[in-house]
Amino acid sequence: VTDWEVVRQLAPEVLGTLVRRHGHFDACEDAVQEALVAAATQWPIEGWPDSPRGWLITVASRRLTDQVRSDAARRRREEAEMTRALPSRTVGTVPGDADAGAAWSGDTLTLLVLCCHPALSPASQVALTLRAVGGLSTAEIARAFLVPEPTMAQRISRAKQRIQATGATFEPPTPADRDERLAAVLRVLYLIFNEGYTATSGTRLVRADLTAEAIRLTREIHPLVPDDGEVAGLLALMLLTDARRPARTAPDGSLIPLDEQDRTRWDADAIAEGVALVTDALAHGPVGPYQLQAAIAAVHDEAPTADATDWRQILALYSLLEQIAPNPMTTLNRAVALAMVEGPASGLALLERLSVDDRAAASHHLTSVRAHLLELAGDHDGALAGYREAARRTTSEPERRHLLGRAARLSHRYAGC
Amino acid sequence: VKYMLLIYGNEEAFSSVGPEAFAEVIRETDALNRELFESGELVGAWGVADQVQAKMVRVSGTAPVVTDGPYAEAKEFLGSFTIVDCDSLDRALEIAARNPAARYWGVEVRPLMHEADVGT
Repeated sequence: VTDWEVVRQLAPEVLGTLVRRHGHFDACEDAVQEALVAAATQWPIEGWPDSPRGWLITVASRRLTDQVRSDAARRRREEAEMTRALPSRTVGTVPGDADAGAAWSGDTLTLLVLCCHPALSPASQVALTLRAVGGLSTAEIARAFLVPEPTMAQRISRAKQRIQATGATFEPPTPADRDERLAAVLRVLYLIFNEGYTATSGTRLVRADLTAEAIRLTREIHPLVPDDGEVAGLLALMLLTDARRPARTAPDGSLIPLDEQDRTRWDADAIAEGVALVTDALAHGPVGPYQLQAAIAAVHDEAPTADATDWRQILALYSLLEQIAPNPMTTLNRAVALAMVEGPASGLALLERLSVDDRAAASHHLTSVRAHLLELAGDHDGALAGYREAARRTTSEPERRHLLGRAARLSHRYAGC
Repeated sequence: VKYMLLIYGNEEAFSSVGPEAFAEVIRETDALNRELFESGELVGAWGVADQVQAKMVRVSGTAPVVTDGPYAEAKEFLGSFTIVDCDSLDRALEIAARNPAARYWGVEVRPLMHEADVGT
């Protein structure tokens, strides 16, 4: 953990203090960002203050005051608005609702809920979360998403304006909204994780940081909502997936499929932590989609070899997942598991039963899974045509390379047969 | 998700709309680009220099060979392109439809490849 990361981790708490004291999330967020930049440049030279948190609050408050003075008239108008919109309140204690107060504590979680406001697009939720909660600079976020810095600055600024316009307050959600808002937070954290995990190109370093950031934030909120099995499930899913990172990329940068990975290179500590988390969550229920996906990842991670994979258990877990969260991608995965248990014909038969809508939604994934099952069934011409068709339809660069690789391998192996 | 919006044409097509209409196309394009920048969706918008400036590089053996064109005879060439980063194909198509070029020459929309998961 670098010094900069330690500084960044104070961001939510400092921002929470400022917003409660002064209101106006938008201006406070800017002020905290400036204080973080000041800390990153001054502390390494002048030494760390006795209270880093106190230093950041003081500097950020001063920036906020400077901003107020520099545009007093505009600010007075906005301050008046803000006092109406954002009454100060101690976060974590909701008068008249002891249960919600007990199960909800910490500025980090309240900030996350605000940044993942339903009025924002997913891309804006992700950007704002990384800046306001993760403490990343606009430049860092812009680099991670391969857009120019002014574009990202605009996206963040527009997101803050939109939150302000909805009249949202810096408070925990009401018990009625709680599950839905927490689900939005988990979705954004998972998006951030995937954005980092799936990167294989030259931007790998920056984007690997996104994976670490998603795990860090999920780890931070897990003890704040200990009664929520899905938070534990998501953290387990991230750990169990990220554990394979060292083995999933070849020296040339291409992706190595799960069944061909060197399992001795998987991160055993991450797997142990993930397995413990998901086992505990499943024991306490209710069961949710992240827990089930984590359980599936755990079954893969615990198999010493690809051949030793417990496909029956994976099939049972996908069947359960399909029941509680129907999704054509889940059905495709179940078809693969079914093929491993009963043979490719059963998997192919399941694909035939997909509805027209599911076919459209799954598009090239369906073509690619069918090609894989046809290959297992020994229909090499059908598999080859399928891989090529799927490669034409995907917009994912690593997937296109992977599919063309499968096609090349098939056409090479069976050339002239 | 990033999309590339491409506008093809030639001098004849671009100049046949008349000076007022052409000026209006430019005004509308500028206004649209500003709006997309403010929404945080504009990655960039570029006009492409005329085809007479185009060079083709081929490596033959180890030596690069640079030639003009080969687009000089092409009926249509790439006139400009815009890259947007937006939430869906529908949104990209909506942006393309609002481009004034869609009324005259058409706007081609192509998804850019990304680095999404393959399930490993």
